[in-house]
Formats: sequence, structure tokens, C-alpha cells
Amino acid sequence: MQERIRNFCIVAHIDHGKSTLADRMIERTGLLTSREMQSQVLDNMDLERERGITIKSQAVRLIYKARDGQEYFLNLIDTPGHVDFNYEVSRSLAACDGAILVVDATQGIQAQTLANVYMALEHDLDVFPVINKIDLPSARPEEVRQEIEDVIGIEAEDAPLISAKQGIGIDEVLEAVISRIPAPDGDPEAPLKALIFDSLYDSYKGVIVFIRIRDGQIRRGMQVRMMATGAVAEVVEVGYFGPGQFIPCEELSAGMVGYFTASIKNIRDARVGDTVTENQRPCAEALPGYKKAQPMVYCGLYPADSAKYPDLRDALEKLQLNDASLFFEPETSLALGFGFRCGFLGLLHMEVILQRLEREYDLDLISTAPGVVYKIYKTDGTMMELTNPSNLPDPSNIEHMEEPIVSAEIMVTTEFIGPIMQLCQERRGRYIGTEYIEQTRAILRYELPLNEIIYDFFDALKSRSRGYASFDYDLKDYETSQLVKMDILVNKEPVDALSFIVHAAGAYDRGRRMCEKLKDEIPRQLFDVPIQAAVGGRVIARETVRQLRKDVLAKCYGGDISRKKKLLEKQKEGKKRMQIVGNVEIPKEAFMNVLKLDSSD
Amino acid sequence: MKQRPSGGAAGREENRPLSLYLHIPFCLRKCRYCDFLSAPAAEETREAYTAALCRELDLAAADLTRSRGGIPKVDTVFFGGGTPSLLTAAQIDRLLDSIRSSFRLQEAAEITLEANPGTLGTGRSGSDMLCLDTLRELRAAGINRISLGVQSFRDEELSLLGRIHTAEEALRSCRAVQEAGFENWSLDLMSGLPGQTLSHWEESLRTAAALEPPHLSAYSLIIEEGTPFASMKLPPLPSEEEDRAMVRETAAILASCGLRRYEISNYARPGYESRHNSGYWTGHDYLGLGIGASSYVDGTRFRNITDLGRYIKLLSGKGEGETRAETGCGTGISTGSDTGNRNTLPDDLREDVQILSDRDRMEEFMFLGLRMTGGISGEEFGRRFGVSLDSVYGGILRRQLATGLLRRTGDRYALTEEGMDVSNVLMAEYLF
Repeated sequence: MQERIRNFCIVAHIDHGKSTLADRMIERTGLLTSREMQSQVLDNMDLERERGITIKSQAVRLIYKARDGQEYFLNLIDTPGHVDFNYEVSRSLAACDGAILVVDATQGIQAQTLANVYMALEHDLDVFPVINKIDLPSARPEEVRQEIEDVIGIEAEDAPLISAKQGIGIDEVLEAVISRIPAPDGDPEAPLKALIFDSLYDSYKGVIVFIRIRDGQIRRGMQVRMMATGAVAEVVEVGYFGPGQFIPCEELSAGMVGYFTASIKNIRDARVGDTVTENQRPCAEALPGYKKAQPMVYCGLYPADSAKYPDLRDALEKLQLNDASLFFEPETSLALGFGFRCGFLGLLHMEVILQRLEREYDLDLISTAPGVVYKIYKTDGTMMELTNPSNLPDPSNIEHMEEPIVSAEIMVTTEFIGPIMQLCQERRGRYIGTEYIEQTRAILRYELPLNEIIYDFFDALKSRSRGYASFDYDLKDYETSQLVKMDILVNKEPVDALSFIVHAAGAYDRGRRMCEKLKDEIPRQLFDVPIQAAVGGRVIARETVRQLRKDVLAKCYGGDISRKKKLLEKQKEGKKRMQIVGNVEIPKEAFMNVLKLDSSD
Repeated sequence: MKQRPSGGAAGREENRPLSLYLHIPFCLRKCRYCDFLSAPAAEETREAYTAALCRELDLAAADLTRSRGGIPKVDTVFFGGGTPSLLTAAQIDRLLDSIRSSFRLQEAAEITLEANPGTLGTGRSGSDMLCLDTLRELRAAGINRISLGVQSFRDEELSLLGRIHTAEEALRSCRAVQEAGFENWSLDLMSGLPGQTLSHWEESLRTAAALEPPHLSAYSLIIEEGTPFASMKLPPLPSEEEDRAMVRETAAILASCGLRRYEISNYARPGYESRHNSGYWTGHDYLGLGIGASSYVDGTRFRNITDLGRYIKLLSGKGEGETRAETGCGTGISTGSDTGNRNTLPDDLREDVQILSDRDRMEEFMFLGLRMTGGISGEEFGRRFGVSLDSVYGGILRRQLATGLLRRTGDRYALTEEGMDVSNVLMAEYLF
């Protein structure tokens, strides 16, 4: 049995065609007719389909009758393609024995191609390349083939040339899966040892745990234990993944990929990366590499209507059922009232959650500018992790502060090296080196403070390279840094929700631009509104939103009162977009927009 | 109209006086800024429209007489437009006759006609200006107040606006109005025009003030979508500061000839405030007749259809089968006695019927009342709605008082001069 199983994933840079290839493979193996194929079967969240990206990993079992006449079970494990979800990617890879590397025949290797390949190789996966989009006129498969060999150093001579979109070369890919990816090993008789690579909350079944069995077997009625969390549960159902559905079976054994349910109510009891074993007959040690997904980016979320606070809490709780990496805790802002400090894996993760809260739960939210986690070493010898700038202790109690630094790789065509280096410089980047991939393309390596890239770095990168640069990063470590808290005063009152942490050297410039930005964001009121930026109580920049002098309807509408009223209603409607802070009306978007300062192009 | 006015909350008195507004949707030529319901039309159309209006007056009076149980009293009449002075004095006379025969027109009723300098007495070549004879005929017919759409006393501005008259013609029209014996008359001026400076505005104002009119409306230009102004390349509009200075100058210059501001854009010698327009701001009942005219009667708002052809057809009296061709009017058809069921208003004449809730009426009480310098009375609010002003709007009133944009005198609240400048912001707060 084991020799007829293949567990694999597809890795690629974003938009290189990973999901489309997965769809074609599912289609080709006959489990689904073309008619049933909704585009991108594996991406089953609306948002994923809409944005064409994979957020949560998914798995599907395909049955493929190969040219050797044998029937094979192919477990395709789809991985998220975004750097925010690197940890999930890593766990998905750990469930596989091999990987298909998809490279776009027009774009060649990109930053995430490299990052994903390296990650696959780190997990000892056998990686074989396929070159996609050969149907496009600008395809240059031979060059890309060479690039794969030169840059990644894996053999690409017989890489299938395919077009996932047109369905060209799919059989070759399937055959390559059989021939180039090893069958799983593992001892079916040994104590159960299975890796959790994903999980899903279902309101009827509880948590559905996605597992790859390394050793032993799992079956209904078995008492299992999650080795990291210590949670013990009795298995209610085991099964494998049909396309878009769960198909129960009797048992799963070494080498197989599938799921089990055990009436687990809390997703935090079955964390991605944890090892499942039999409670009575545990394996000697857990699989390596487990870590708790740590939020990297934090922001405050507040209901625009304070009465909706309980609704926001309910919605966050529901989302957390399916997303153990979403963190939230109550917080209070003088400006915005009751809300939550929320932690996310990254900016995309944050955006996805915000959109889901607004769409699926119909909440009108105010979000504050996102920030990173700072480490504050205090004079009393203790260390605190700061996720909300308002909570920064008095500077006299701070010994020093540290901020997270990432290692970044930016792949760019040589003509844009100058502008990109300048951008990295502006963002306090530390230049590490340049590596030329071919004559016209290079990888720039930088170490950058995470704080400088979480918000608009990606946009800035795209605009300064006309869309050609690609980017990947990894958290490196924390470093001591000269950081200060910038307070923003609107009408002389500090607005806590607008405070942020900034490097001392750039504080003046940031403060000035922040005031200018706010001046544009805040509409004129019935009085002059001073906007000030202050560090440690000292005002370093100031702007004024001039008083509104005239807004009057001095026209003869005669008896048409309805028309007059409609105008006033429109005015009132405009106010709903405003948050009243003190006695100043601030547009809700302003709290988020203030960080969008890059206007250099 | 589907709902019959019920009397309802607003109908305490069975026969409260009523204002009548007659919309005359004709003009010689559309001005470039104008988005009112008006257009040039042939003489036959004007005649047919006059007949239809007479018929609507008769039917509406009969309708109200039934619902109120008595013939309604009318205390003001306003011919607005368009350019009502495009009708002949004879046509105006017929309309007034119709009013007199169907309603109880009060002895002291204010009867206003809007006139365009350069239209009265038109049709006859060579006499494009306001003609003294026509004005005298109108006076004889019963018009006792003329509102002249002068807009500016500067030719440059008049031609930019697309007005059909010159400053000189406007001036002569004003004098003709006075000479014809109208001691109650008004003129309109427009500020905030493209390219207008403070001194330009002062020039028009001083010219107006020299005429010593008892009433003046100072409107400020609003560029409306769909008008030529909205798509034309125009000289820059006055800045907010200039605009404010214009408003301040208006008050100062008009004070010199005895006019005081009594509403955001209206100034009058004491006792000459427009009673008709004041009615709009104080919740007075008014019945609008003619296309597009708005009404507020017995707690219900509605509006007539805007299609001229359909309006004339609906009121031609030949709608269904044989009907007496009652197109000539003022012939004294019996309205009180409900003899034939043809004597009812056509169903499709009115639309946008809205029965106001107490909240609607409170909102209007506030945002209309605060247009006037006299403001609103807390006591009056309590009398009308049976709840105290404070319990409904106390918080907002106190906040606005604190800003100095609202002031209080006894039980009255009124916007200050600065408050009027930003009145939209303040008024919007009174909406629920």
C-alpha cells in the first residue's frame, strides 16, 4: 500500500499558477468532472477565490491510474503562498515527501520561488520543477530552465513544460509525481506519530484535525494525545480528503494523509505543528519543529458604533475557532472607546481578518495603524513586550528598547536597483549584499526593521520598480534601537489611537508628514483645529485645520422642503464616517491612513 | 393622491389659513445657472396651462372643502416660476378670479408675482422692458407685491448668468414697479458669482439700496448639476472669506436703507417681510398648483407631477369620455355642491405623498425655523408637539449655545450671524 502513496505539495511564487495546476490535476484524475470544477477548487474561502490567493492550506486525495497500470493515491497538500503564513507553509511541507516547483515561463524565478524552494529543501523534500504558462507569447521556457539550474541548483532538463490554464502537460506532471517523489516510509506497527498540518473548526464535529501519519495507525475510538498541548481526546471519525468534502474511512496508517475528529471544541487544543500520538502507547518523542504561531503585527480594532462591541467580540471568537494564530484581547482607548488589540501573522493576515469581519459579520470597524511587537527592557530589570504604543512606560523607566529585524530578499531587474536601494535606505535597511542571477536580474539582501515594512513597503516597492520587484522576508531577531513614542495631539488633546513608535532619527520628519497627512484627512470643523506631533511632551511639528467659515444654503427652494432636507441628510450621512474625539470629528479611515506616508513618486 | 389629508396631528383647527403657490414654468430663455422647472413655451401652451391651473384650483378647493368641511381661507398667493410675468395680465386675472371663486381669499392677503425685468409686457416687439401699463393692469387684477429677479446691476455678470436683461433695463423695471404704485416689492440679487469681487457686489447692492426697496433677497449662487454652469469653464468663484465679507457687507449696506436681515437670504423693512415665504419656515399650510409644485397641507407633503403635457391633459376636463369642456375658467362653476364625481382631482396628479411623522415635523420646525433671525420658540415647540424642546433637543441646543453659533433670548433660540454662515452643519444636527 505505502508504495502507491505520494504526498506532495506545489510551491510557487504568487500568481505563477499553483492553484490552477492543482485544479487541473484534480480534474485529470477523474474525481471531478469538468462541469463540477469551479475554478480553484482548493481555495474554498470566498476571499481566496476573489483575490486569487491561498490563505489556509487544504488537502485533497487523488486517485491516479499511472502509465505503469498501477493506481496511485496522490495526496496533494496545498500551501499558502504568502510570507505571512510561512509557518503554516512550513508545517504543510513537513507533511509532504516531495514538492512540485511551479515557475512562470514569462517571469522566471521570483523572490518567493526561492524562499519556498529553500524551505522545501530544508524539509528534505524532493523538489522537481515544472515550467508553466508556456502558452503565453512572452514565454521563454529555455531561459527559465537554465535559470532554475543556475540559481536554485536543481536539475531542470526534463522539467515538464506546461500550461495549467490550457491543460497542457498535466499528464507529464502526474507521471513525474509518481517517478520523482518517493513513497512515504514509516512503520505501521510503531506507536502512532502524526503531524498536525492544519485544522478546521466545524460547529457539528468540533475541530477537524488534518494529519500526516508518520508511524502507526489511527482509528475510531482511539484515545489520542496532542503532545505539545497535552490535550487528550477520543477519536470519533477518521477519513481522507475528497475534493471539497471529507470521506470517512476505518483507519489511517503510516504514510497516509487524512483527518480525524475527536469532539475537540477548541482549536488551540490541536495546534498546527503539534504531534498526535496514542495516549496509552505514546511514541518516544514528538516530531520536531513545533512552534506556536506568533503574531507579528498588532492593531487596535474598535466598533464604529460602540454598541456593537459585543458583536465584535463574538465575531473575533468565531474567527479564532478557525485561526489559532489570530490573537485578541480587550483594550480601551480614550479616543475610540472599548475595542480589542489584535495580533496577526502579518499585514495580509490582518487585511483578510478585517475584511471578513466587515463582510461576514457586517461590522463597521475603526482600525488603528498597525505596529510590531517591541521589547522594552526596564530599569528594574524586567522586560515587557509592547503591542500598543499607548502602553509605553515612562521613558525614565526604560533601560533600552528592541525592535524586530527581518532578513529580506528583494529580486529586481538591474535597472531598478538604484531606486530600490534608496527605498531600503529610507526604511533604515542594512545592506547585506547583491547577487546577480543573470545579467539583468539581481537579488538584493537587506536587513530591515519589521516596523518599516509592515505597512506600505510592498506598495512602495512595486511603484518604484514598476511592479517588477518581488520580495520575501524572514524574522531574524530583535535589535536594540533608538525608539521614541510619537504622540499626536488633535485640538491640544493627545489622541491615544494615533500614537506610534518611531526611530528617533526619523522622528522629526515623520511627525511633520504625519501632521500634514492628518491635515488633509480631517475635514474643517466649526473652529480651528491644531494638529501637533510631540515626542516626550515636546511639540516637533504643527499644522492647523482651518475653521469652516461657510456652509449655508442661501438659495430659494420655495416650498420644496424635501430637497432641503435631503441636503441636510447627506450632510448628516457624512458625519457617520466620523469618529468624534474630544470635540473634533476625525474620519474613521484616518486612523489607518496616517501611516501611508510614502508619496515620493 | 392616494391618501386623503387626514387633518391628523397638525389639523387642530379645521380651517387654518392656506397659502397658495402657483408655478408658472415658462421663461423666454433658460439662464445658465437655473435648475428650476421652467422652459420656453409657445403662447398656446401658456394658454392651455393657464386653463389647466384654473381647473386644478377649482378641483383642489373642492377637495379641501370636502375634507375640511368648509371653504379654505387663503392668506397669501404667490406666482412663482419660471417667469410668471410671461403670462398676460388677463391670464393672471383669470387665475385670481378662479382663486376668489373657489377659496375664501382674505381681504388683506399678500399676493406676489415674480417678474423678470424685460418680460412684463413682452410679446410686443420693441417693449422688452417692464411696461408700466402691464404693471398697472396687474395691480388692478389684485397683485399687491412684485418680486423682481434682478440678480445683478452689472452687465458683465448679467450676461455671464445668461439673463435676458441689462442693468439699465433692470433699473428701469424697478422704477416702473414703484411708479405703478407697488409700495410692497422686492428684488433678488445673487452673490458668489464667478469672478465677482467684493466691490462688484457692493456696486449692485448700493444700486439696489438707492432704490429704497422694502424687501431684498440676497441669494448666493449654487452651481447645480446638469446646468450649463456645471460644465462651463468659469472664472474663479469668490473665496470663502470674500463670500463671508459679501454677506457682512449686505447687512451693512442694506441697514443704511432700513432693511434688516430676517432670514438667511432675506432682508426687509420691518413689516415688509414676505408673509408667503415666512410660511414655509413656520409650518404654515400651503397648496402648490401647477407642475412640480410642492404642497404641505394638513400634515401631508406632496408634489405635483412635473410633465407639462400630462398635467394639461389630466386637467383638460376631457380625461374620460364625455365631460364638460371646462377649459375656460373663472366661469364660476359650483365647487361647494358635490354634484358630479368628475369634480375630483385626477388621481395621478400628485406624487411623493408623505404624511409627516411628529419627528419629521420636529426636524422641520428646527431646521426651517432656524433659517430666520427670530429663530424658534421653545414654547411654540411644546405647544405643537406636546413635549418640551429641551427633552428632545436639549443636548444639541446646549452644545451649539456653547459654540457661540446659537444664541438664546427668553424662550427663543436663533443662529448668530456666524451660525448662519455654517447653518447647514448646525441644522443637520437636528435630524434624527
